[in-house]
Amino acid sequence: MVTKKSLIAFGLLLINGLSTSVFASPDIQHWQTRNGAEVYFVPSNDIPMVDVRVVFDAGSARDVEVGKNLAGTALMTNGLLAEGAAGDDAQVLAEKFEAVGASFGNGSLKDMAWLSVRSLRDDKYLQPALINLKNILSFPEFNKTAFKRELERLKISVKAGKQSPSSIASLRFYAELYGDHPYSQPSQGTEESLKKLKLKHLKTFYKQFYVAKNAVVSIVGQLTTEEAKKMAEDLLANLPSGQHAKKLPEVKALSESKTIHIDFPSKQSNVLMGQVGMARGDADYYALYLANHAFGGSGFGSRLMHEVREKRGLAYSTYSYFSPMHASGPFIIGLKTRNDQLDEAMGIISAELNKYVEQGPEVGELGDSLKNITGGFPLRIDSNKKIVEYLSVIGFYDLPLDYLDTFVDSVNQQDKKKVDDALKRRLHPDKMLTVIVGAKSE
Amino acid sequence: MILKKYSALFVLTGLLAGVSACQTNPSVNNADQALQGKQESRVSDSGVHSFMLKNGMKVLVKPDHRSPVAVSQVWYKVGASYEYDGVTGVSHALEHMMFKGTENLEPGEFSKIIAANGGSENAFTGKDYTAYFQRISSDRLELCLKHEADRMRHLQLNEDEFKKEIEVIKEERRSRTEDKPTSLTYERFNAAAFINSSYQQPIIGWMEDLHSMDLDDLSQWYKTWYAPNNATLVVAGDVDPQQIKKWAEKYFGVLQPSKIIPPKPRREVEQMGERRITVKLPAKVPYLLMGYKVPVLKSLMDKGESVNDVYALEVLAGVLDGGDSSRLSRRLVREAEIATSAGAGYDPYARQQTLFLFDGSPRDGHSVKELEAAIKKQIVAIQNKPPSRQELDRVKAQVMASSVYEKDSVFYQAMQLGTLETVGVGWQKKDDYLKKIQQVTAEQVQAVAKKYLLDDSLTVAVLVPQPTDTTKQRSVRRATGGRRGH
Repeated sequence: MVTKKSLIAFGLLLINGLSTSVFASPDIQHWQTRNGAEVYFVPSNDIPMVDVRVVFDAGSARDVEVGKNLAGTALMTNGLLAEGAAGDDAQVLAEKFEAVGASFGNGSLKDMAWLSVRSLRDDKYLQPALINLKNILSFPEFNKTAFKRELERLKISVKAGKQSPSSIASLRFYAELYGDHPYSQPSQGTEESLKKLKLKHLKTFYKQFYVAKNAVVSIVGQLTTEEAKKMAEDLLANLPSGQHAKKLPEVKALSESKTIHIDFPSKQSNVLMGQVGMARGDADYYALYLANHAFGGSGFGSRLMHEVREKRGLAYSTYSYFSPMHASGPFIIGLKTRNDQLDEAMGIISAELNKYVEQGPEVGELGDSLKNITGGFPLRIDSNKKIVEYLSVIGFYDLPLDYLDTFVDSVNQQDKKKVDDALKRRLHPDKMLTVIVGAKSE
Repeated sequence: MILKKYSALFVLTGLLAGVSACQTNPSVNNADQALQGKQESRVSDSGVHSFMLKNGMKVLVKPDHRSPVAVSQVWYKVGASYEYDGVTGVSHALEHMMFKGTENLEPGEFSKIIAANGGSENAFTGKDYTAYFQRISSDRLELCLKHEADRMRHLQLNEDEFKKEIEVIKEERRSRTEDKPTSLTYERFNAAAFINSSYQQPIIGWMEDLHSMDLDDLSQWYKTWYAPNNATLVVAGDVDPQQIKKWAEKYFGVLQPSKIIPPKPRREVEQMGERRITVKLPAKVPYLLMGYKVPVLKSLMDKGESVNDVYALEVLAGVLDGGDSSRLSRRLVREAEIATSAGAGYDPYARQQTLFLFDGSPRDGHSVKELEAAIKKQIVAIQNKPPSRQELDRVKAQVMASSVYEKDSVFYQAMQLGTLETVGVGWQKKDDYLKKIQQVTAEQVQAVAKKYLLDDSLTVAVLVPQPTDTTKQRSVRRATGGRRGH
């Protein structure tokens, strides 16, 4: 099916902003397991099912802690867990989940690595799924055959990325923006790093980062607090306490603008423009969240969409977002447009950015954004799936337990003056990195 | 598993959707006709309230009071498969223009109203449907119904807006299809697989047709298909069915019905032997697509035949690719190590016969030819021997669990009702699904594999990567006399 608006916008809501409000937020319970993992739990009794998500500070930002030029270590480690554990091979592990209708998921980005299970509540389904998850977490085998196979597959995935202009643009953007910071490296590795990667690196990585003190367990479902406590305790019982991963280095901002144009035989030029943005817990978080919402964070109604798409028909998709992370994540403006109208579209985006930083949002725009954020809060927590993901974010970034309860108030406390001030201090149109991938006009 | 199945994922995200022509559905409409006479609402076992407005518009309401939110969707029986040569993409183009103002609202104003009320909204076009939706706090739902009804009959198609929007749509096509090698391959594959069925047409339309599309095409399309008696309203979430009924009568009930003339059937003619194409374009990784012609629920219902084959095909897809323990992952990715990814998929909810799909990419050191042979070997295996008890139990457990998990999303529940109703099988079929799957036997799975996965009804497309280096690429294009739009 073809949808009208960019799907990207949906994704960004999750990465980008939580919000809360006058509506009842879920009642979040929080405790530690005996070996030191943080647990977050929300009881939800309407549907006989349980979601559990275990997140480790073990994303690709940690690759460098295992050795130089070993990008891909975190992703491969996470991926290998379910490829053989506690005497079961990948086939048996998958069968054990699927036989009870459980869905298992895992993945790894720059900050987080996670494993998740959704299961029916009935113990005859839930317990086998939990035991399987526990085995995968606690007794992975890092088998040689599985390693070779998954490494080969990852190499093809890296290769496939090179046929995608948006993927090429993204990799180059992070590489240029983050220089020698760990965020510069692609999570899936590079051709060169994957050649160097050995099984021993994965084992070292697992030992160091897949430990209780480096874990956040989020649970949502038809359970009592006692049941959830027992569940979390059992699940992580075989992990050593270990240590929480150390703080990531500070990110250095670019000192001047830089533009890179990669020639590629695509119909559209894929543009990413941006700078170093902010970390989780930043004092300007709410002001910048609101500022971005009105600029390019809310699809139609946002200034970028209005100027580039609605007024001029120059693009299907254009947006902006802050991606707050452990260390400063990026601020990114995205655009895709036919190659021969690249200059025109870029000109508009640059002009709008300059104007926005200089003058700030109009009072009306700000009011519209506030109404949307406030009124839309219940939609952000209307399913167990969304709530369990929010719990992970709150736990992982050590946000206050009442983060959801206070989000809307915190946004509502912003006004034009605060937003204008934050924009001027934090966004620097004269120090933007621009990466373009597309056919250069002949 | 580490890799997202970039290829299989692609197939499973909706390219399967849709079939073709032949519109009304007498077999399922008996209950509706009874309803229409009495103006009563009914409640199904699964808690769906249904009623028909006097003008022939159908309304389905699924209350779910977990959160103070609701989703409203209006589904029209029109989509890419209703289109004819030269105007492909017109359903989707009209969908875009539905946001560009009515006799009562400025372009973009509907979207602004929804946003100011904390809602989100969008629309989507498939082969057999065009649908518009809002997600919003349930106390503001009335607004959505009011304005959705307004644009059903009072759209104002404006030339200036269209000129900009058609360029937006072309950008969308570049982004979704032209710059994505696997998508472009799928488009060509589809065009090759169907001989006369309109399922050969891309939903977004051929670029050539987008270049020549004009406002009259859209205007005609709007007049022909946008009427209450060609639409279904689905509301799910924290709502009171009686209140929805009142609002539906107030806003939609006053709209005039149209005479809807069903599209010509264009049922696919029999395929007489394998069809095979190659697609050469700048890319890095080869990609294989295979599709066998298979029936769907609606096509069997139309013929008055047993629909059991459809559920057996669903289970077959589950045995082959329902999770990491299924056959394709096991045999092709992990054991033989021929594929980096391999998938299978089937969508029984379409108006006309469709394709049972396979796709995948070979590992380095293996060819697409080997991958194709390996997939065929799996097909032969299941044709020769029914799946094991464990495999069948696993698929059924997954279907049973999914029927619980789907309750976590009111949007998804509304989607299911809207799809079933709009492709013409009737929303009530959702209630049969679990039972029908549980009844499928191993022998039935074997039987449908033998009956439908036949070489003579197969279409194969192979993406043959060409250099992405631009200088080389240009010379290739010249050498092959390639032609591009402006």
